[in-house]
Amino acid sequence: MVDADLISSSSIVIDPSTFDLVVVGTGLPTSLIAAASAANKKSVLHIDPHTFYGSHSSSVSPTQLTTLFSSVEIQGTVPEPSGRFLLDVSGPRVMYCADPMVDVMLRSGASRHVDFKSLDGNLIYWDGKLCNVPDSREGIFKDKNLGLTEKSLMMKFLKLVKGYVASGGADDRNGISEEDLELPFVNFLEKQRLPKKIRSIILYAIAMALYDQDNTYGDDDCGRLIKTKNGLQRLALYSSSLGRFPNATGAFIYPIYGQGELPQAFCRCAAVKGAIYVLRMSLANLLISKDGREFEGVRLGSGQDIFCKQLVVDSSITIPSSVFPDKSDDPIMPKDSNLEKIGSISKVTGKVARMICITRHSVKPGLSNLLVFFPPKSLHNEQMTTIWALQLDHSLAFCPSEMFVIYLSTPCQNDVKGKEYLCAAADALFSHVDRVQVDEPIILWSAAFVHELKQVSSDKFTSCPAFDSSFDYQDMLEKTIKSFQKMYPEEAFFPENTANEEKDEEDS
Amino acid sequence: MHGRPRKPATEGDSLVVEAKIEKLRTLQKQLLHNHRNRIYTKDALEISSNLLEINPEVYTAWNYRKLAVESMIVDLKDDEELIKSLVTGELRIVELALRRNPKSYGAWHHRKWVLQRNILPADFHHEFRLLDGLLKLDSRNFHGWNYRRFVAALKNVSEEDELKFMTDKIEANFSNYSAWHNRSVLLSQMLKNKDRDSHVKENVLEEEFELVHQAIFTDPDDQSGWFYYLWLLDQTTSHSPSLISLWPTNGSNIILSNNVNTNDQISETISDYARLNGTLPIVLCFNQPVKGINSSTVSVQSSFTVNKYLTWKPLANGNTDEACYWMTCLKLPKRKSDVCTSYSVEVTLDHCHGGIVSSSYSELNGSYKFNFTLDIKYTDLEALDNNLFTEMFVWEDENSHKRITLAPEIICRTSLEQLQLTITPEPAEASKWCRETLSNEVSLFRELLSEMDCKIAKLTVARLLVVLDALPSNEQKKVHTEEVLKLYDDLMKSDHQHVRYYKDERSLVLIDQITCDKELLTRHCSRNTTFQNQVYLHLNSLSLSRIGFMERLLWVHMLDLSHNELNSIEGIEAMQLLCCLSLRGNRISSFTALGPLKLLPSLKALDLSYNEIGSHPIDTTRYLCESPLSHSTAKEVATNHWEAVLLFQDLQLIQLDITGNAIANQEFLTMLVKILPTLTWIDGTVVSH
Repeated sequence: MVDADLISSSSIVIDPSTFDLVVVGTGLPTSLIAAASAANKKSVLHIDPHTFYGSHSSSVSPTQLTTLFSSVEIQGTVPEPSGRFLLDVSGPRVMYCADPMVDVMLRSGASRHVDFKSLDGNLIYWDGKLCNVPDSREGIFKDKNLGLTEKSLMMKFLKLVKGYVASGGADDRNGISEEDLELPFVNFLEKQRLPKKIRSIILYAIAMALYDQDNTYGDDDCGRLIKTKNGLQRLALYSSSLGRFPNATGAFIYPIYGQGELPQAFCRCAAVKGAIYVLRMSLANLLISKDGREFEGVRLGSGQDIFCKQLVVDSSITIPSSVFPDKSDDPIMPKDSNLEKIGSISKVTGKVARMICITRHSVKPGLSNLLVFFPPKSLHNEQMTTIWALQLDHSLAFCPSEMFVIYLSTPCQNDVKGKEYLCAAADALFSHVDRVQVDEPIILWSAAFVHELKQVSSDKFTSCPAFDSSFDYQDMLEKTIKSFQKMYPEEAFFPENTANEEKDEEDS
Repeated sequence: MHGRPRKPATEGDSLVVEAKIEKLRTLQKQLLHNHRNRIYTKDALEISSNLLEINPEVYTAWNYRKLAVESMIVDLKDDEELIKSLVTGELRIVELALRRNPKSYGAWHHRKWVLQRNILPADFHHEFRLLDGLLKLDSRNFHGWNYRRFVAALKNVSEEDELKFMTDKIEANFSNYSAWHNRSVLLSQMLKNKDRDSHVKENVLEEEFELVHQAIFTDPDDQSGWFYYLWLLDQTTSHSPSLISLWPTNGSNIILSNNVNTNDQISETISDYARLNGTLPIVLCFNQPVKGINSSTVSVQSSFTVNKYLTWKPLANGNTDEACYWMTCLKLPKRKSDVCTSYSVEVTLDHCHGGIVSSSYSELNGSYKFNFTLDIKYTDLEALDNNLFTEMFVWEDENSHKRITLAPEIICRTSLEQLQLTITPEPAEASKWCRETLSNEVSLFRELLSEMDCKIAKLTVARLLVVLDALPSNEQKKVHTEEVLKLYDDLMKSDHQHVRYYKDERSLVLIDQITCDKELLTRHCSRNTTFQNQVYLHLNSLSLSRIGFMERLLWVHMLDLSHNELNSIEGIEAMQLLCCLSLRGNRISSFTALGPLKLLPSLKALDLSYNEIGSHPIDTTRYLCESPLSHSTAKEVATNHWEAVLLFQDLQLIQLDITGNAIANQEFLTMLVKILPTLTWIDGTVVSH
């Protein structure tokens, strides 16, 4: 691997100048494609205009954060030693123990480069209190907030799901019919006579529903309303995550040193298989055949032309305007080329409001690494989305000891509203400075910003969405595999023996 | 470990096994040699440890090591370093052996021995860490739990700390019955130690109810919680043994006569002098099996004779010294010339330390005193002949549907409180707490049942309601009987596997209902015209599969249990006055099932017709009973029918009906006549001896 920080990238000349694949941006999806392609013996050049790996999947210092997003609202000052803080750009996002991503990491060998730690607790904000999410048999048994009958109903439902998963589909015997699978999940839960509180726990804290499930979204709900089929799948994933690793206490694990470790691990995998890495290297232009149809390669920021068959670009990478000059005399550039002209469309598909807070005390005494779900309407009558909060302590190497970093996020349509809801959630979690007791959490520093999700489509190159608004890696992985298979229909996305060395499950 | 399938052996395995056998044989041979010659060198010890590491089940090797340790301690004298390495060496070998087989008795015992031998103070930290690891591997390894109790006792760990550990284990997996069980053992001890402060006990039990509810409601199909729940209920309702019924009843007047004029005012307390053989039975019934009933704990004072050394007999089959029912025979005074003499008798049960105790050694809840009078009509006794069975007893009585009035002496639910002289204070609060707790439980499980169908919850509600109804209260009526019967009916329909159990329970509820209410009981009684016009109790055609509450029927002479589904008549031994019994048309399948009859000396007429005796080749109750081998007094055992011989040789039956049973062929009848010299009628015909 080329250590980009030591070499001035503008003067570097890459040899050879022909590759099977050029990848721009070192976000997780692009890194996955680079590693999968390298594993399939493709020659890969992977560049990133930034000085660090990961693009929007990275973990950065508080000061770096402002370079990634245009309008970051900062309050307070980062407590010393401020250099010890590492912030995930697109948090909170967690990995299920049974996540397909875990399997990809094991198959690719990327798991050898990352260590994980399991989260201690899941909480749901209910009636103005933080309650444990009773997610398992033992969790229900121990729960102090559910009534006895509620416990039986919840357990009965979990058994129903277990039976459904075990029998592999709808069946008269397990009490779930084919018609049930097409129902909105919330209606199915009502049909099981589950009380509202348990419905909310299942929908928002276990099935991770993003949007208010009691609302109607019309025909074009874009998957906002979870169908029973999908709901049951999510529950199955959740329950198979519990107890998968003997030293994991819950369903979720988190990479030590942050999410930025994941793309780096895959970049290492790719480099081991021969991919060439150059940081601080931007994409300057596309090389298109004279007739304007065929893609031939790229011109790098250093001015060097690289010929390649395929190009993958992270959608978070702002393609410099020079790539598509309105007029050019360059013979190899198509005339009047701009994004539309070369068949590329860029649009914003959604927004996610994010907030990062630093505090000295846990928001729930006794627990360090925890998740909090604020179901829709739990904070505000117009709150239509779930707000997620994730608290991590120094054991994940994010912050100095006796400090906690809390990530909050929610999808939003309006920047102001999004930030407003996050502030309401933070209000519920933290104490106020003016009437704080000794051991209560107060916000020492916070940063709020809105993450725009861009989708670029082109017939000349493959665009990988940086990240989505979801809370896990599933959708992202699915889309990435689809992109890869479109590029290389014959190849397997990490064949079983990619990591032919010892395959140890050192995950927690 | 639980639930791991065994892998079939492969070709390669057999070679490995052979090599292993060879190695084991060599080691074993060397070990025995060393053992015999008392060689305790380092190399010799090495051989035994190698052997134990492969096969921890060689008990001789463990014993050899114990001898070696004893001998080496003497040699080592005070060399602390060496002694320490000796002890840790032993502990290490146990650990290696346990790695091979975590359930090796020999290995666990060796470790206990080493710790108990107390050569060096035990490293408890290490022991508990070992246990934690072991119970993490298999949380239900009972060796581990046993050892934990051992180590905890050795270290003197506080009960609170151990209880906390149980809670953690249960929270980790509430299906861990070992943890629940250990919890019940621990709490039993704690409750015993906590003096007799009922509030402490109540608080502890309430917390336990709270905990076990979480388990039961989270997963009603899991057994562990329910088992613990049963233990808890037992703790809630359990009390010391008490006298629940007796005969003759307190203050009653027993008239002994041989000739009862049918026109006379009839009293149920009339008894037949001749049939009693000059003795009067006194029967005591307790709410649970007790022992220690003898002439020093129960004194009987009568105006005619001092019955100082009365022999009290437990009414139970086999060699047991405890029973719910006890009886003695009071010798009646010799005939005098007087026309009619009245005698008074007073019985006192002493509450004294170590006297009358239950099987768990809790003492009788107080002292009791009761008395009755005896009127003996000597004039009638002139005609002392056996005028009773001058004609055959007619089972199907034409009067059986006529309503009669029962004598006031018959008390259905005997209120014995008035008989008690001193009572161990069981404060009203405690019984109020018990009632409230049980009512609360009932409403909780009713709520569960409204949400889902759960047979064990249904059964629990039924059980709780029965217990609630049985608690002493102002109301005499059973308020929940109908609900309980319906619950059992539901259970019988939905759970065929346990239908017999439900039927038994249902039968008890039914008998309880009939016998506790005088009004209802009267409807089941008639006067028998052929038999001194005495009361004939009809409990026929009620689908009973079991009988109970016999302590309320001690006064009954004639009992009709025909056309039920009885396969056992356990409990009938309490009815010492019983002389006529019909079991016609039941499901009695063997003579061993009729064992309790042997304890009824007054029984004269027995109807066994149309049962299933002899229909089932395998008598499943046989192993519970005595066999000809254990019975040295059996006269000329007819090899094929020894059960019949054992039963009938103790009875003085005059009338027997046995037709309609597979066993009743001519040969069998002939044999019966032989072993029953008193028999006058068999299957309705006169016997010619």
